[in-house]
Amino acid sequence: MLVVEKNNLSYEIERMVKEYGSDRQSLLQILQAIQKKYKHISDFAQQEIARLMNIHPVEVYSVISFYSFLSTEPKGRNIVRLCKTIACDMAGKDAVETAVKRELGISFGETTNDQRISLEYTNCLGMCDEGPAMLINEKVYTHLDPEMAVNILNEIK
Amino acid sequence: METTLKTSKKRTGPVLFSNYQQADGIKKAIELGRENILLELKNSGLKGRGGAGFSTATKWMLSAAANAEKKFIVCNADEGEPGTFKDRVLLLEYPELVFDGMVIAGFTIGAKKGIVYLRGEYEYMLPSLEGFLNKMKEENLLGKNILEKEGFDFDINIRLGSGAYVCGEETALIESLEGYRGEPRNRPPFPVNTGYLGYPTVVNNVETLASIPHIIYKGGEWFKKNGTDKSKGSKLFSVSGDCGKPGVYELQWGTKISELLEIVEAKNCKAVQVGGASGVCLPKSQFNRSLAYEDAATGGSIIIFDESRNMLKILKNFMEFFVEESCGQCTPCRVGNTKLLEGVDNIGKGEYTFSYINNLKELGKTMQAASKCGLGQSSPNSFISILDNFKEEIFYSNRKGIKNVKE
Amino acid sequence: MSKSENIRIPVSQQALIVEKPIDITAIGGTVTIQINEKKVSVPFGTTILDACKENQIHIPTLCHHPDLCIAGVCRICVVEVEGLRTLQTSCSFPVTSPIKIHTSTEKVRKARRHIIDLLLSEHYGECYSCFRNENCELQSLAKEYGVDGYSFGHILEPKYKVDKSSAAVIRDMNKCILCKRCVRTCIDLQEVGVLEAIKRGHDTHVGTFLDKPLADVICINCGQCINRCPTAALRANDPSDEIWNAIDDPKKHVVIQTAPSPRAAIGEEFGIEPGHSFTGELNTALRRIGFDKVFDTNFTADLTIMEEGTELIRRLKKVVVEKDSSVKLPQFTSCSPGWIKFIEHFYPEYLDYLSSAKSPQQMFGAVIKTFYAKESKIDPADIITVALMPCAAKKFECNRPEMNASGFKDVDYGLTTREMAKMIREAGIHLPEMPKSNFDEPFGNASGAGLIFGATGGVMEAALRTVYELVTGREVPFENLRIEPCRGFEGIKQAYIKLDNCVESYNFLEGVELKFIVAHGTANAKKVMEMLQRGELRDVHFVEIMACPGGCLGGGGQPIPTSEEIRRKRAQAIYEEEEGLPVRKSHENVHIKYIYENFLTDGPCGELSHKLLHTHYTKRGKYIS
Repeated sequence: MLVVEKNNLSYEIERMVKEYGSDRQSLLQILQAIQKKYKHISDFAQQEIARLMNIHPVEVYSVISFYSFLSTEPKGRNIVRLCKTIACDMAGKDAVETAVKRELGISFGETTNDQRISLEYTNCLGMCDEGPAMLINEKVYTHLDPEMAVNILNEIK
Repeated sequence: METTLKTSKKRTGPVLFSNYQQADGIKKAIELGRENILLELKNSGLKGRGGAGFSTATKWMLSAAANAEKKFIVCNADEGEPGTFKDRVLLLEYPELVFDGMVIAGFTIGAKKGIVYLRGEYEYMLPSLEGFLNKMKEENLLGKNILEKEGFDFDINIRLGSGAYVCGEETALIESLEGYRGEPRNRPPFPVNTGYLGYPTVVNNVETLASIPHIIYKGGEWFKKNGTDKSKGSKLFSVSGDCGKPGVYELQWGTKISELLEIVEAKNCKAVQVGGASGVCLPKSQFNRSLAYEDAATGGSIIIFDESRNMLKILKNFMEFFVEESCGQCTPCRVGNTKLLEGVDNIGKGEYTFSYINNLKELGKTMQAASKCGLGQSSPNSFISILDNFKEEIFYSNRKGIKNVKE
Repeated sequence: MSKSENIRIPVSQQALIVEKPIDITAIGGTVTIQINEKKVSVPFGTTILDACKENQIHIPTLCHHPDLCIAGVCRICVVEVEGLRTLQTSCSFPVTSPIKIHTSTEKVRKARRHIIDLLLSEHYGECYSCFRNENCELQSLAKEYGVDGYSFGHILEPKYKVDKSSAAVIRDMNKCILCKRCVRTCIDLQEVGVLEAIKRGHDTHVGTFLDKPLADVICINCGQCINRCPTAALRANDPSDEIWNAIDDPKKHVVIQTAPSPRAAIGEEFGIEPGHSFTGELNTALRRIGFDKVFDTNFTADLTIMEEGTELIRRLKKVVVEKDSSVKLPQFTSCSPGWIKFIEHFYPEYLDYLSSAKSPQQMFGAVIKTFYAKESKIDPADIITVALMPCAAKKFECNRPEMNASGFKDVDYGLTTREMAKMIREAGIHLPEMPKSNFDEPFGNASGAGLIFGATGGVMEAALRTVYELVTGREVPFENLRIEPCRGFEGIKQAYIKLDNCVESYNFLEGVELKFIVAHGTANAKKVMEMLQRGELRDVHFVEIMACPGGCLGGGGQPIPTSEEIRRKRAQAIYEEEEGLPVRKSHENVHIKYIYENFLTDGPCGELSHKLLHTHYTKRGKYIS
């Protein structure tokens, strides 16, 4: 990482710690904010958070690794999470999955070369009556069929 | 399509979905005073709607009695149980019920702060919910001296989860709020005494809180006219799977499964999963059972499987869910679920003996008894009930003509 | 009860918090409960586990450790409490009402066996090929509960790569049962914060920051995690094979120095109750194994006192007389390599406060390969120096690049008490049966002051005995030389001793109250450093810090298990042995006098001693790249 980038990130994290507070109970909110902005929480960011909150870096890493929506590895600009739990599974998740993989040329757990999309599975989205469902960033898409899903993915930037 | 999210409510019911004008409950609460609220609540017989079914009045009384400088009301909106989506409907269509419920709770136990723990998957609701809270602030339904009642201060914050089913367990939720891994705590102490940041905390399910304004405004007597002896009021059921009309239904406690199946237009139904992945799977022969705390208990999830479904595949889907979603701290749940999943795979491959199967079922019982929290205590339910209730299909049929769950 | 907002909350959740009723005396402060049909009275708030222990009922435990806060995660200690649907963990359940408990019903027995079965199913390897064989808590439980097969299978391939990156601590997560004792040790007990639970569900494992190798994170090598691991997931980096090779090599002259703490604890490895020293027996055993010379590290402990004490007096002089503000006080001891790495990582800006004196181990290495080599006319290139230490961090210390003052690697191998016991057993020796013998010349038997280095406060006590006498010409004013304020296991001890009627050359110290602090365990070290940061140590002169709880006798290389009770017994053994020694002050050790007269002729802190016996430190910082 460039020094300038590091400085900017440090500044940003300092601002967030100021906004949410440096108490432990702010940790998850700060991590969510960084995840949202940078699409991952880098090792440098983790250590900056640890320093400013007076906790150990491994504690930050431990918390990140616990929650599915936080990641330490860079992700694409858009994170697509396809629900794989029972109701969506029964409603035809497999066909959507196959179509999406074929269209993007990547598997789940991977990111497209142009950093546009990361594909992930997720557990129940609470859309069981409208499955198959997927989440793109924080937006939810339901009643998917393979063609629809692919069209939606092709439209996102 | 990006969902409009306003389509899931399928039937207007007698209690929760009955008419309610925002703030009516709060006004009545101020009129009644704390003790009468608790009496009204006790009289209503309301039990927690998240699944565990603990008496709400008792929970409130314990924390009302606790002596502390701060107290908290937490709304558990970490709805993650597979097949459950009623909270989504409540939060989107009836936020006034949920938030009025929190305000009344705060008034009753003496808490000044309420926190909604909203699952990360529901982040899209955030703008509308926050807008609603702002409106409440403008109307003095939140903030200082609510409705000009001196000293009645209450505020609500929304905090997001980040994709962890176990955070729906109340102590895991509190750990998560405190910025830790969502690992359930040892109990005792209970949150009503030692909860968020060590202060007395009432954690209630969205639906429980949404029932409060009705009960307070219309009375415990009115509320308990519905339901059965031991299960008062009505319940929201999230119905999904093989049926004509999936969605959220408000039905009386005590409704028979067969009745529900008729209402939702389920055909050729082979099995019903009552209570989500952590619930039990019932065969046709038990469709005459009632949905109630004392019979087929559920937090509201009803998943319907028709004749074409492969029960073993369904079980595999459930067990995979628990293997991933266990917090991983206690042995029975972390390793136990893995062993049950392994068992499902071995059955699928035909590599099993019945003594091995029995051993796994016994292990399931140990998990139910010895796991640290409700996740591990209930995750073997579907394993045991599916293997018991669908023995024929799983062990004796050649499974020809049974469709893969994934087809 | 609420968590104070200023205090960092331990990561491993709140310890047990019991809401006390408003008036405990109303119920007499005790609760009458029923355990297996027997009525017993226990203090309000006692855990079921303790209540059972009091009443001779054994409940198995795994994640529970007397030094650590409650976890309640292994679930092996479950019992039935009447009226509760599920089983309850006895380690975490406080008795606050007259409950009825059943500790060995079918449900309980079955659950415990299942839990053992589950742990075994993921526990890679077999007991007979494991160094913790016969000293493994999982193995003992399997035996206790008659587990005679793998009901739920057994992992056949290792899941994790063994982390051998560290010079001190090896982590084999294939043996880990996730009791998280190491996590609680690292974060709560030592406040180093290297280990935590990573991921969740079936992927949960104990890991470091970004799962990096231990050598790349800020581990201080204290090895306290090893002492508390119930299985073989953690161990020290064992050099015994290389040492055997050196012994077998006729060209090599292999000498060993033995620190004070191993001799007070090694008996435990041979089935002896804690609290017995085996100094003489150990000397004999080491010679029978084939070490060419057996030296007493206490000799260089005495030398450390001379050097560090002189350094302290010089610092005092510079501050008191010359008003030199560049000189840092208080002076911190530098014998504990865990503490050194701790301060290098966490407080790099305070390295100037450390005494520049090397630890006794490293002094000895340098002395052996120079002075001893010369005196005994052996080429230092042919000398292998082994250090028997209670310590894991010593392994890292001897590998520091700066530790080659003799022109060679000063100390070739650091060996723990546990590894030594293994070598002794391998040589067919049962230690307690050995006849006693003395240490070898030219260093001979050292003073008692060196011996008490093994207990927290020992370095301070030894230093005071010498400094006070040098400055005043009189013995320290404590009965039988027992400087009580230095003794005991309180986390941080503070006291002072007044210097009056000083001898002429030290009259600049007339009337000075020599203030000192003794701390053990890095959590306490952290507190002391925070006091220093806040400017609260301005009038303190000397601080002793040991990285391990209890001091070296509780070191990361000592026999397993450990507890405060065991550490107290080891301390008692050390103090008892010390009182029987003829010489009990470092400056009265004749061999010390000899080395200053014949080798380090420009005296303590002179030019040669600076070259051989002093060192410098590295600003490491906390950033992990």
